[in-house]
Amino acid sequence: MTTIKSLDDLRKIKSSVQSKLALRERSDHPDQLVQVRVAMATCGIASGAKIVMDYMMVELEKRNIESIVTQTGCMGYCYAEPTIEVTVPGKDPIVFGYVDTKKADQIIEKYIKNGELVEGIIPVNYESIDEK
Amino acid sequence: MEMIKLTIDNKTVEVQKGASILDAAKTVGINIPTLCYLHLHDLNITNKPAGCRVCVVEVKGRRNLAPACVTECTEGMVVNTHNIRVLNSRKTVLELILSDHPTDCLICSKSGNCDLQTLAQEMGIRQIRYQGEQSHYREDTSPAIIRDVDKCIMCRRCEMMCNDVQTVGVLSAVNRGFMSVVAPAFERNLDHSECTYCGQCVAVCPTGALTEVDHTNKVIRALADPSKTVIVQTAPAVRAALGEEFGLEPGTLVTGKMVSALKGLGFDYVFDTDFAADLTIMEEGTELLDRLSRFMNGDKTVKMPILTSCCPGWVNFFEHQFPDMLDIPSTARSPQQMFGSIAKTYFAEKLGIKRENMVVVSIMPCLAKKYECSREEFKVDGNPDVDFAVSTRELAHLIKQANIDFNGLPEEDFDRPLGESTGASVIFGATGGVIEAATRTAYEVFTGKKLEKVDFEQLRGMEWIRRAEVDFDGTPIKIGIAHGLGNARKLLEEIRDGKADFHAIEIMACPGGCIGGGGQPLHHGDSSILKSRTAALYREDAGKPIRKSHENPFIQKLYEEFLGKPCGHKSHHLLHTHYFDKSNPIEVD
Amino acid sequence: MAKFKIHLLVCGGTGCRASESEALFHNLKATISEKGLENEVQVITTGCFGFCEKGPIVKVMPDNTFYTQVTPADAIEIIEEHVIKGRKVQRLLYENPETKEKVVDSKKMGFYRKQLRIALRNCGFIDPENIDEYIGRDGYMALGKCLTELTPEQVIEIMKKSGLRGRGGGGFPAGLKWEITRASKADQKYVVCNADEGDPGAFMDRSILEGDPHSVIEAMAICGYCIDASKGLVYIRAEYPLAIERLKTAIKQAREYGLLGENVLGTGFSFDIELRYGAGAFVCGEETALIHSMEGLRGEPTVKPPFPSVSGYLGKPTNVNNVETFANVPVIINRGAEWFASIGTEKSRGTKVFALAGKINNVGLIEVPMGITLREVIYEIGGGIKDGKEFKAVQTGGPSGGCLTQRHLDTPIDYDNLIAAGSMMGSGGMIVMDEDDCMVSIAKFYLDFTVEESCGRCAPCRIGNKRLIEILEKICKGEGTMDDLDNLRNLSQVIKDTSLCGLGQTSPNPVLSTMENFYEEYIAHVMDKKCPSGQCKSLLQYIIDAENCVGCTACARNCPVNAIIGERKGVHVIDQAVCIKCGACMEKCKFNAVFIK
Repeated sequence: MTTIKSLDDLRKIKSSVQSKLALRERSDHPDQLVQVRVAMATCGIASGAKIVMDYMMVELEKRNIESIVTQTGCMGYCYAEPTIEVTVPGKDPIVFGYVDTKKADQIIEKYIKNGELVEGIIPVNYESIDEK
Repeated sequence: MEMIKLTIDNKTVEVQKGASILDAAKTVGINIPTLCYLHLHDLNITNKPAGCRVCVVEVKGRRNLAPACVTECTEGMVVNTHNIRVLNSRKTVLELILSDHPTDCLICSKSGNCDLQTLAQEMGIRQIRYQGEQSHYREDTSPAIIRDVDKCIMCRRCEMMCNDVQTVGVLSAVNRGFMSVVAPAFERNLDHSECTYCGQCVAVCPTGALTEVDHTNKVIRALADPSKTVIVQTAPAVRAALGEEFGLEPGTLVTGKMVSALKGLGFDYVFDTDFAADLTIMEEGTELLDRLSRFMNGDKTVKMPILTSCCPGWVNFFEHQFPDMLDIPSTARSPQQMFGSIAKTYFAEKLGIKRENMVVVSIMPCLAKKYECSREEFKVDGNPDVDFAVSTRELAHLIKQANIDFNGLPEEDFDRPLGESTGASVIFGATGGVIEAATRTAYEVFTGKKLEKVDFEQLRGMEWIRRAEVDFDGTPIKIGIAHGLGNARKLLEEIRDGKADFHAIEIMACPGGCIGGGGQPLHHGDSSILKSRTAALYREDAGKPIRKSHENPFIQKLYEEFLGKPCGHKSHHLLHTHYFDKSNPIEVD
Repeated sequence: MAKFKIHLLVCGGTGCRASESEALFHNLKATISEKGLENEVQVITTGCFGFCEKGPIVKVMPDNTFYTQVTPADAIEIIEEHVIKGRKVQRLLYENPETKEKVVDSKKMGFYRKQLRIALRNCGFIDPENIDEYIGRDGYMALGKCLTELTPEQVIEIMKKSGLRGRGGGGFPAGLKWEITRASKADQKYVVCNADEGDPGAFMDRSILEGDPHSVIEAMAICGYCIDASKGLVYIRAEYPLAIERLKTAIKQAREYGLLGENVLGTGFSFDIELRYGAGAFVCGEETALIHSMEGLRGEPTVKPPFPSVSGYLGKPTNVNNVETFANVPVIINRGAEWFASIGTEKSRGTKVFALAGKINNVGLIEVPMGITLREVIYEIGGGIKDGKEFKAVQTGGPSGGCLTQRHLDTPIDYDNLIAAGSMMGSGGMIVMDEDDCMVSIAKFYLDFTVEESCGRCAPCRIGNKRLIEILEKICKGEGTMDDLDNLRNLSQVIKDTSLCGLGQTSPNPVLSTMENFYEEYIAHVMDKKCPSGQCKSLLQYIIDAENCVGCTACARNCPVNAIIGERKGVHVIDQAVCIKCGACMEKCKFNAVFIK
């Protein structure tokens, strides 16, 4: 890591990572990249989020789906842990709750490959400050 | 200084900024009750953890009640110290404290002298509405101090004394909530801790949670045993305080009555530790002069300064905390032990009895003396030089039990020969006294000249650490004095860091010296009592015909007949000691 | 293989189910198969939309149409009009209550969502172990702005104007605290982050530290700049290993980027952060106790003044703020005080994170604007009471908060209203109770916690709380008297009035508030020797109904204490003096003859 020596440096990093965040650079086919976020706070991990995350990473690669799986903090739906958010290119992100490896398999096979929704969807019930 | 005006119970009060409500109320004759609060004015020692909540008062505009001891007065404050809300709260809180306190007052050693008991009486507590489980903790008995923390009310006075004043750091609160008590770290027993047995915790404990190990029954039994010759020695500070136990004004000297009472109790010989104090000066003074002259002659092997070693709490302290400096204190035994040693050799020989048949009892202002006399190095074939060290408070109990009307007693003199002493030895009981006594003798020996003015005012007083220079006929001798172990620590650290250039230092573990010892009548937070006792000792000194230890005729005779010369072979054997590294690693049991 | 073009999301939350969402679901499915659209349109039930008030909800994807108050009869119209003809059903669209306009795209109706995430803005969004993702979300821009464009006084002014109050429970204005600490002169000052979250069931701070540690680090640096401190300390409980790990990673990354350490962003400002671990004592959340604990002393509070702002850690001026308070700071700097102050109520600005727990459907972490009502939180965000039971009370403010009831449901939540209602904001625990909860037992439960967690320093808290719980235990056993109720009230009042710190000053709240709101339950326990909720074992009786009992002896054979007497084929009777109320008889009875009275 290089040291950030000024506010301008910081701004430069920001704009570069913002585009990275949008995941355009990491893929040859950005329009096909599936993004999965796993809620990995204590509540999630305690309910098995680690297993789900490992499963998603291994299985998506095995099934040749270009994807990126990342961890994130608590989404707030503690009653439905483990929760994951799946973003299929061109579609809005969808949060699935009560995910185990069986459900994860369904999500890959049905939703990611085929666009078919599976049970356990949690509608996002908060407003983010970006919208405010 | 900024002044603050406020109203307390409809009275207008003006106080300096920073004053507490408690202090402000006092100025207009309002005594707010306190329990955990302790303030030794002359020593600048304060304990106000605001824990007991007995001193709560109502401050207008404040949501909850305020503890008067720590709440600062502010301009225009309106305080009510005894309305129904305050009285109900205060009583309820006191009932709560009592509900978690054993009700064995009738047989409690603190009965009649207990702050909690007094408060309950004053507040008119006649029932405890909130009864329930009481917290229990094991009793811990050490050679000097008994901890019965079922009686602990978490006032934290002992903790403050042990940590802030003495920096011994043995006592602190352990456990949480209802089960919290004050105990040594890792809940060890005192005798496995670094406790110095200075007894300052006992001196401030408001209840019976911390008390001394009581040897009075053992003394009574010894006195009743016809095969034993029982002799008693009384420490200098006892005579200045014992009268308080009999309602006399603090500072009343009761030397003659005390001797009379001890004879009445049946002791075969009533002697004086003061005699041994004179002996201490001979030994310690000689050691000082020896080290001093070698030091001045450029002998690099000599360690300076020399530190006094009469105080057993202090000895315990440096054995635990400064094991790297064991070669600095004087090797002279304390007066108590010198007395025991001479009594069970020289005097026993004189009487023609075996040491096993002699019982030496010492009356001490001190609890550490109980531990000191039980040390292995002060025993011969298991027989201790001093059998029992009894505190001033225990002596008072003995006298009362023997139906002696103390105040009506005639004044009597100590028995001879071990009762003969000088003014120099009497002031051993006050901070600075030992070094003043040593200076009187050392001056004459060192300079070969007669000391005209024996009062060294610069060595007296209540300041924690005092530094003085005494002119030994052209040679400036630098003297340091510390009382309270925390201050001793400061001086020792200076020495260790090479920042001090003293020749001699006197250290007393207890604030004020022995007059403020852990075995003295309780001062209940009134530090003027300590000052009165000090004044009494200097008064006794001033009234003595002989005021230099080396002029004590019996001391001279003892050297001629028995000991040879100071620091000679025999005195080394009988009157000197060695120290131990007690910095044992923490053991959890 | 089906390739769905349209998805219909039907809310399966409790509220919507109660208004026939299941029938609606079936009707939608039936209509789809009727029209032969099974391979193009998928209907699926989802979790709660948090909009129960307007349920049942149907959301159509991908065009984000949001239908409210949909009845089973509306299914045909939705399929025929929307799905087949592509025309939205106007009458079912949500109407913006302010503009009266129909909302066509649900993306434009964020306002229906009761939650607004400020402190939790990055939680569940960024990878907490990747500083770049934080920077990509405006991370450290606020610090940069402060260091290059604003003086400490200006930053403090922004903080004061924002109206942000301490989120740890006290509600002291953060900007004012910073100002006081800035005014204290000293060679060294400290910024302390209080991450000693101790309320049972609360995990707001943990979630922030796990999900967005950099926001706290950035805010601490900003605070350091304002108060002239070069050192920050996070006091975090050792039971939060993941939060500690993420925080350590974040600090390391910030150091590597030069955002912590010497000469931050070339401005000459230096600031670094260390961690201090707490052993889990609840009282160490109190700032003076926290400081003593950091100093290596016994974790117990001392009298204020002096306040930490004047004399805190190692006797130096110390600014202590809670995790959530800090998490708000960068947003306030980036978006301005006015923006923040526009959210919430007049005296309580911004949002508050709550850990919603208890007998509620959607247990979880929520962040809502101040001023939202308890009803909205419980019924809309929380999805209502579990198993369709009746709401009884909600406990706010952690163990020493109060229990609020039905009549408080429409009270807007802010610091002052909660105190006025006999409870408090606390750090944000919110525990919901239903009709089955015995309020005397609830008071006992919370008191049990405070008795355990009292530090023991002051007598009223140390002994008083113990006596309170003893009286409550007595009442729950049916041994209470009316005198006990008087004593309970007096003792509670005295403990509140005389305790040293916030713990004791609030610990009797559960007792006082349940006595205030549910006095009849206390009376029932004391006078009738009955527990209305059937929770207090000693007060309930297992009885055999003579009409249903067939004398099969199953109960008698299974009773561990032989309390049941009766002949084979004769009616059995339970000897109440012997019965230990284990419930085995009731479990074994096949004829529903055993009941509880």
